[in-house]
Amino acid sequence: MIDQLKRACAIAKKDIRIYYMKGPVVIFGILFPVFLFLAFVIGRDLTVDFLIAGLLSMTIFFTSMSITPVIAPTETQTRSLERLAAAPVSITTILLGDMLASVLFGIGISLVPIMVGMAIGVTVEHPFILAAGIVLAAFCFSAMGLIFSSTPTSMTSTVMMISTMVKFPLVFISGIFIPVGELPLWGQVLALASPLTYITDLCRYSFQGTNYYSILVDATALMIFFVIFMTVAIKLHGRSLPKRL
Amino acid sequence: MKTVIEVGELTKDYNGFTAVDHISFEVEEGEIFGFLGPNGAGKTTTVRILTGVIKPTSGKVSIMGFDLRSESIKAKQIIGVVPELSNAYNELSAWNNLQFMADLYGVPKNHAKKRAEELLNKFNLYDRKDHKVKTFSKGMKQKLILAMSLMNDPEILFLDEPTSGLDVISARLIKDMVLELNKGGKTIFLTTHYMEEANELCSRVAIINHGKIAAIDAPEKLKMRIAGLEWVEVSFDMPVDASDLLDLSGVIDVRMSGDKLRLYTNEPGRTIYQLVDYSRSNNLEIVMLNTLTPTLEDVFIKLTEEKG
Ligand SMILES: Nc1ncnc2c1ncn2[C@@H]1O[C@H](COP(=O)(O)OP(=O)(O)OP(=O)(O)O)[C@@H](O)[C@H]1O
Ligand SMILES: [Mg+2]
Repeated sequence: MIDQLKRACAIAKKDIRIYYMKGPVVIFGILFPVFLFLAFVIGRDLTVDFLIAGLLSMTIFFTSMSITPVIAPTETQTRSLERLAAAPVSITTILLGDMLASVLFGIGISLVPIMVGMAIGVTVEHPFILAAGIVLAAFCFSAMGLIFSSTPTSMTSTVMMISTMVKFPLVFISGIFIPVGELPLWGQVLALASPLTYITDLCRYSFQGTNYYSILVDATALMIFFVIFMTVAIKLHGRSLPKRL
Repeated sequence: MKTVIEVGELTKDYNGFTAVDHISFEVEEGEIFGFLGPNGAGKTTTVRILTGVIKPTSGKVSIMGFDLRSESIKAKQIIGVVPELSNAYNELSAWNNLQFMADLYGVPKNHAKKRAEELLNKFNLYDRKDHKVKTFSKGMKQKLILAMSLMNDPEILFLDEPTSGLDVISARLIKDMVLELNKGGKTIFLTTHYMEEANELCSRVAIINHGKIAAIDAPEKLKMRIAGLEWVEVSFDMPVDASDLLDLSGVIDVRMSGDKLRLYTNEPGRTIYQLVDYSRSNNLEIVMLNTLTPTLEDVFIKLTEEKG
């Protein structure tokens, strides 16, 4: 058990060396949410702390999910996967390793919007809750990213397309640009089904002190989503791994 | 002698196509066991099952007493694998690839460092240890993969066509390495197309075709199985009609191989006399004349043709 955990860390280290030490990945991880965000908020009369909270949750969402979908198809293509599959690690360990790398990246990059916020005078009212929320959300979205890569393809672009098709709609139903309370009823129902809603809500609470659900609900929902995503990812990858060789 | 690999009624179906068909065999400790077969025979499929990479449709495998179904992690822990079509991580240096393997197998850090240095030196890669693998040649990559498979000091080493595509010198190095490892007590499971390689390295050979094992034995014993059937190889200065030669006494079959004719016979001596007569009466000159005993290749061709 402990052994498998250590080996997952080794896999995470390998992922960071290969996938994260690349300039474009980091720059894309930061710039993309920023631009998307600016495109939607410019010209609207919203408070700075509302904006930073939204930007932060979106950054975690995009960065935590940027690499996990890419690892499996890339390693299928470069044929390094069979070596890994022959090692004494379970599929869960492999996925945990990939996820861990992604979590660290998500957390690291999410410091950027927080620092930007603090630089322009936003204060974090509940730093511990925020920290815990970021970690939880990073796990949740990394696991979600793993699901996208569970088709046994070696084409990174296929996976990117699938993930984009899911990611974008989620951004609009999760209370980032419009608070959940102001959405029409159908929108509020949809929002319930998006994990992004809960981390956004949690960020709002941490920055503004006000939130739509309770912190307990947010945390529980993120946890439940994480468990579901992880379970599904392990099942699907277990099935697709032999087809990748 | 201890049995280290035990395979019983192993079968793998791919959507109705049977790639491996109820094969059973055992490998003893300290053997170099060869798995010889034509393309598509099911060698790689078998190796993948034995190394726990894919699951069999049915059948039982145990590695050093560990059942692959219930204790695959323990079984994988004590084996080394050089897959047929596998690469090291191109974006990592040779050194980091080796250290990653050590981490995956839980080799302690200081131990891993020493071992990596040793292996890199042995394979003449030490001065390139900090270079990314993508800058390596095919032979260097193959040597690195072999080194990676040795990081955990495995009891059993699985090699799937380790020398295919390598030049003579690199292939020689790998073969010598295999012999050396075997001398050091490691059991080796080797798949190959190269008869010479199997003949040279293996203590026992299984010939597999269409997912079934056609024969398992020591190379010399396999050759004896088709002994009694010998042949004479002859080459004339001009092309001749093969059917003429079939009429010579004792000749069972005639085959062309290149500019040579191979006469399968049960009386090689008489066949040679008659060949000489034949060349005289047809005004031909004999360029080459040879009698041969069967090679592993002949056994292979005979067995794989029979079942095909
Ligand atoms: N993933 C797969 N899906 C379907 N069929 C497969 C799959 N993998 C292998 N096969 C089939 O199983 C058979 C055995 O393949 P295998 O790779 O084991 O042969 P091999 O003996 O290693 O051949 P080679 O000498 O060419 O490497 C082949 O007919 C192949 O087409
Ligand atoms: Mg093969």
